[in-house]
Amino acid sequence: MTKLTDLTVAGIRDGFRAGDFSAREVAEGFNAAVAGAKALNAFIVDTPDHALAAADAADAARAAGDAAKPLAGVPIGMKDLFCTKGVQTTAASHILEGFVPPYESTVSGKLWEAGAGMLGKLNLDQFAMGSSNETSYFGNVISPWRRNDGGNAAMAPGGSSGGSASAIAARLCPAATGTDTGGSIRQPAAFVGISGIKPTYGRCSRWGVVAFASSLDQAGPMARDVRDCAIMLEAMSGFDAKDSTSLDLEVPHWEAGLSSDLKGKRVGIPKEYRVEGMPAEIEALWQQGIDWLRDAGAEIVEVSLPHTRYALPAYYIIAPAEASSNLARYDGVRYGQRELPEGANLQDMYAATRSAGFGPEVKRRIMIGTYVLSAGYYHAYYTQAQKVRTLIARDFAEAWDHCDLLLTPTAPSAAFALGEKMADPLAMYLNDVFTVPSSLAGLPAMSVPGGLDAGGLPLGLQVIGRPLDEQSVLNAGLALEERAGFTARAEAWW
Amino acid sequence: MSSYRIQGATGDWEVVIGLEVHAQVTSNAKLFSGASTAFGSEPNTQVSLVDAAMPGMLPTPNRECIRQAVRTGMAIDAAINKWSRFDRKNYFYADLPQGYQISQLYHPLVGEGTITVQLDEKDPESPVKAIGVERIHVEQDAGKLMHDQHPTRSYVDLNRSGVALMEIVSKPDMRSPAEAGAYVRKLRSILRYVGSCDGNMEEGSMRADVNVSVRKPGEEFGTRTETKNVNSVRFVMAVIEHEARRQVDVLEAGGKIVQETRLYDPDRGETRSMRSKEDAHDYRYFPDPDLLPLVLDDGFLAECRASLPELPDPKRRRYETELGLSAYNAAVLTAEVETTRWFEALLAECGSQVTAKAAANWLISDLFGALNRLGRDIADSPVNPAQGAELLALIADGTISNTLGKQVFEIMLETGQGAGVIVEERGLKQTSDTGAIEAEIAKVIAANPDKVADYRGGKDKLFGFFVGQTMKAMGGKANPGVVNELLKKALG
Amino acid sequence: MSVDTATVKRIASLARIAITDDEAQAMAPELNNILGWIEQLGEVDVTGIEPMTAVIPNTLRLREDVVTEPDQRDLVLANAPQAEHGFFAVPKVIE
Repeated sequence: MTKLTDLTVAGIRDGFRAGDFSAREVAEGFNAAVAGAKALNAFIVDTPDHALAAADAADAARAAGDAAKPLAGVPIGMKDLFCTKGVQTTAASHILEGFVPPYESTVSGKLWEAGAGMLGKLNLDQFAMGSSNETSYFGNVISPWRRNDGGNAAMAPGGSSGGSASAIAARLCPAATGTDTGGSIRQPAAFVGISGIKPTYGRCSRWGVVAFASSLDQAGPMARDVRDCAIMLEAMSGFDAKDSTSLDLEVPHWEAGLSSDLKGKRVGIPKEYRVEGMPAEIEALWQQGIDWLRDAGAEIVEVSLPHTRYALPAYYIIAPAEASSNLARYDGVRYGQRELPEGANLQDMYAATRSAGFGPEVKRRIMIGTYVLSAGYYHAYYTQAQKVRTLIARDFAEAWDHCDLLLTPTAPSAAFALGEKMADPLAMYLNDVFTVPSSLAGLPAMSVPGGLDAGGLPLGLQVIGRPLDEQSVLNAGLALEERAGFTARAEAWW
Repeated sequence: MSSYRIQGATGDWEVVIGLEVHAQVTSNAKLFSGASTAFGSEPNTQVSLVDAAMPGMLPTPNRECIRQAVRTGMAIDAAINKWSRFDRKNYFYADLPQGYQISQLYHPLVGEGTITVQLDEKDPESPVKAIGVERIHVEQDAGKLMHDQHPTRSYVDLNRSGVALMEIVSKPDMRSPAEAGAYVRKLRSILRYVGSCDGNMEEGSMRADVNVSVRKPGEEFGTRTETKNVNSVRFVMAVIEHEARRQVDVLEAGGKIVQETRLYDPDRGETRSMRSKEDAHDYRYFPDPDLLPLVLDDGFLAECRASLPELPDPKRRRYETELGLSAYNAAVLTAEVETTRWFEALLAECGSQVTAKAAANWLISDLFGALNRLGRDIADSPVNPAQGAELLALIADGTISNTLGKQVFEIMLETGQGAGVIVEERGLKQTSDTGAIEAEIAKVIAANPDKVADYRGGKDKLFGFFVGQTMKAMGGKANPGVVNELLKKALG
Repeated sequence: MSVDTATVKRIASLARIAITDDEAQAMAPELNNILGWIEQLGEVDVTGIEPMTAVIPNTLRLREDVVTEPDQRDLVLANAPQAEHGFFAVPKVIE
């Protein structure tokens, strides 16, 4: 029999319902895997008791003959950006070290209500700012993958949801939550050969999620396959009156609606995504994806998104601007760390606290954001960026006249080694070139594994859909998944 | 008074005043959270996780706060912006948990309007002046810092953090302390009529930032200073007087006015610079990405308009034209909503025989006189409108005279008894018994033969003397109409 | 434009991040590099284009004026680095 930790969410759910195993066995299996994988540094806090309690509740309910909850018996990982009641929540920062929220984020609350249990709080880039998981105060997350060159360079799991990515790829949890501001679900999913979907902005409540850039932040699931993403997303989505940007819409039955038959669907290939210097392997994979979708019945059309090249610079104004304000609340007064040098006044305390509490990348983005909003620059930078954002959204809206979905690579390269790009922030930012435009437009987008590069590292394909059309995105993802037959996994070295 | 001038060594100076009034919106819950707004609670007991800016907490706007601001805008004939938006004003201070205040800079809820003030509030016939209102926007209040509880620490209380304020920004249209005072009083009156703010300056429900500059008449505006958080009409006027004088002195000494934030010290009667907020002028405003544009539909606006009460100016005109009240009485009765309410309740209790005029006169002279003596507000008057109406009815139907009415009212105030009971028990009913009155008249005529002769000789004014003598003889209880009639007959 | 060390320090001060001269000096070229790259946005013709206000067309919902959050002072103060007598405590502020 398959190891329980090798099962997917659907596999666990169905096996548990069928009585093949108990929820406690599953939770214990994953708890042991988590405990045995410290080398990956995927978790900031382990919560085995939370997982066991949910498992015991599921077992008891099953014994009592109660109808099984959607995620009964399924333990998951929780990105440490979601506030969890009674469990330290840090956003991977020193400034929030020791902060124990007296409240539960809407999304995590929905997952617990659906029967899931929590294996632990997953490491991430500090305040979700990063593309490699090297900005966490709690240390780098290591990808379970290694290049096939015989070396043992530690690879980046991508970011910011790198702990989620690494943990799923290493079978430490079957699924996890992620958040995506400019690609933080999709890029790490691509780097470790798993799936992840960022739904339409407003599908998942932001209430209780530590904010990075409010107009972009969106929670979503990461899992090993498309079906699991659909299952998780159903549990995480839904209207929340506590989030003013939450969409007041019914949650579709995405899992039930899964179909890899793309007949009648037109898939657009945005020509502007053929960026200069794109590795041939990425190019080839993209072509492979096009062929797979055509094979699934889709019609392929070329489309144009003329403002694509401006998406990244617009993003690196808007996101830091919002972040500089969102992170103003970390001041050492009401929670978190406080630095109080001898003789410091209030403003000195703020400056000392924030200087000690934020890592270099967070400070850099706060600085950029503060600068672009400061007197005299607001219109030249921020207003201009929001206008460009309108144009980027309009590009997509016009593309939907010609197609139903877009297919692109997820990232311009496979995973890089830790340390490789840290010296050059700009080079790191460019990693988000394919994921940022759809974030700016609030569109649903997902990454699914497509294959391995010459170095033996996973590569991802991205599907972008119309607003609210997660179903088509998932379906195209499923079509790719079936054809890619991606079964590679990292050798356990940890 | 529109020519208020400050005499300087180099000539006369004119003062230019603009006011930013912060008015707490009357609501049960805060602007963006479900915490209570009640005044005077234990520290930090009215603080939601949103108000404390816990990580991941998000604002959700309170409909009533928006509604009240819109109604206020409608009350000053302002343009209501169906599309508005909230912005963040970023700065660091211990009373500001989020590190930003949610306010409206770029697209306020309410646009330009007007408040008309009487230049001499004592004289309803005096000229009026329209003071422009630039805008009204909605924003969060900050928390409170206590500095005197600990030698080395300040304490933070977030109970007020997030309470809804309307910021009502005037144009720089005022030219004297008195105009500014009249503006604040009129604004407060309107807010209280509308019910959007209780106008209680002592509790901080209304406070003003006072912008003052001076110039030689006819010249360009000078550089202004802003004195923050002035919490009474008297202080607003004092700030202007002091600040204008100070600026004139600085300018005449060859100095320059620095655009800065100042603080008023009521104990010393002066303003001083608040240098602590050195970078306060780079607030990095930008649209709050947690909140979407606020779009008001026609139904909402229609309800806001329909729910507006009759406002002081139209009401005053109606009192003059429909009720026939004097300009002075109409002005007094409409100045404060409590007075108006009391007066209208009184009218409602009065039957048709009591004229509005009589009711107004009684309220203004007798009731106000008594309240003044007792040091009470009309809101806690010892006599209610129904009791007042009972008294007025007894006067109107001739049961008692005006003079007796005053006596009865005094007894009402002392004993809390009703007018009818007092008149009945004390036998104060006025008499129309012609026989008794005629007997007294005969005695008065007999006792004053010379005056009778003078009267008959053409000294008409003496009639009042005979009325007075007769009434006195009747112990004040004679019906004055009957006395007049009989006297005329007897004197020929 | 170019960001100098003084500007870096002014921005750091606005953002309340203590920064040494060395750090400011190191940060200036880094920020210049990023801001220089961002400035290509200026090329885009945005005539007649409204800045984005809502990424998915949607307007603000208004909640009812009801007190839904009772006294929860203990929870509010639970994580405070320094809380005394029901208050948050900070170094003394002179206004």
